[in-house]
Amino acid sequence: MKLNRAVLPLLAFIVLVVFLAIGLTKDPRKLPSPFIGKTAPEFNLPILHKMEENFSPKLMLGKVWILNVWASWCVSCRAEHQVLNNLVKYHQVNLVGLNYKDDINDARRWLSRYGDPYQLSASDVDGIAGIEWGVYGVPETFIMDKKGAVRLKHTGPVTNKDIKEKIVPLIKKLENES
Amino acid sequence: MKSIMIILSLFCFLNPNIYAAAVEMKKFESDLHEQRYKNLIDELRCLVCQNQNLADSNSELAQDLRNKVYKMINDGQSDQEVMDFMVTRYGDFVLYRPPFKASTFLLWIGPFIILIIGLLVLVNFIRHRKRNVITALSNNEKEKLKQLLNDNKGKFK
Repeated sequence: MKLNRAVLPLLAFIVLVVFLAIGLTKDPRKLPSPFIGKTAPEFNLPILHKMEENFSPKLMLGKVWILNVWASWCVSCRAEHQVLNNLVKYHQVNLVGLNYKDDINDARRWLSRYGDPYQLSASDVDGIAGIEWGVYGVPETFIMDKKGAVRLKHTGPVTNKDIKEKIVPLIKKLENES
Repeated sequence: MKSIMIILSLFCFLNPNIYAAAVEMKKFESDLHEQRYKNLIDELRCLVCQNQNLADSNSELAQDLRNKVYKMINDGQSDQEVMDFMVTRYGDFVLYRPPFKASTFLLWIGPFIILIIGLLVLVNFIRHRKRNVITALSNNEKEKLKQLLNDNKGKFK
């Protein structure tokens, strides 16, 4: 009994340390997306390099595709950009950009400077589509299946590790779905 | 302590966000609309600066979402519709008072569980202490005590 009482505070302390340690490994900015498994939200926005034409997610029905939210003012997008350039270089993927709350000229200049991995970028100057898609921190990346449902959301810059371990395997799996 | 309080309150005055957030002007059809708007932006969390609500935050996203709430109220949508709009896009996290369900069970019940554990430990502790205090001296111990006191009598004179 005596030993028990002496050990009890130590045990409580260890439990506390374990919980706090688990807490430290989690990123509070990464929130579960309410969209997973649901149909991707619609928008209809002009295409950055062809402003007279519009892009809408429903045009991608029947294809597995990636939507990457980016902006020229976003610092961590620059780190991510090289990763995306490599992604389209080495893998067969449909990558669409959503240029979020950006100046059209800044955005075009940014792409010509750092390379343009996107099939096209939709220009969301007012952040309307951003609200529809629940964007709260750029960059964000979504993957949609052939039926147009969101299957993955990645908040923050995509790394080469994410590409190798998460994104490419998922795309391969989705390509095989009917 | 007092000087710390004074310094802290000075920092509050230096923070420009407090003024900037108050400057935003919006016109409402009625006082009721304005009250509903204020209640809603108090209840909704800013996703960028996670420990502020929409009313307090000055981030761009918070401004956009405030405008969205304003627009929805003017379009005649109910409070519940505004809340649902936010939750379907940003999840329960956007609510400062998340609903009670399986995934938020610990969030709501956790503090009470810890309180009960604390009370049990406290009661246990108090009981044990009482038992130790009450035990009276046995005859043997009394004898020993007397002896010790007598032994020391000479030394302190």
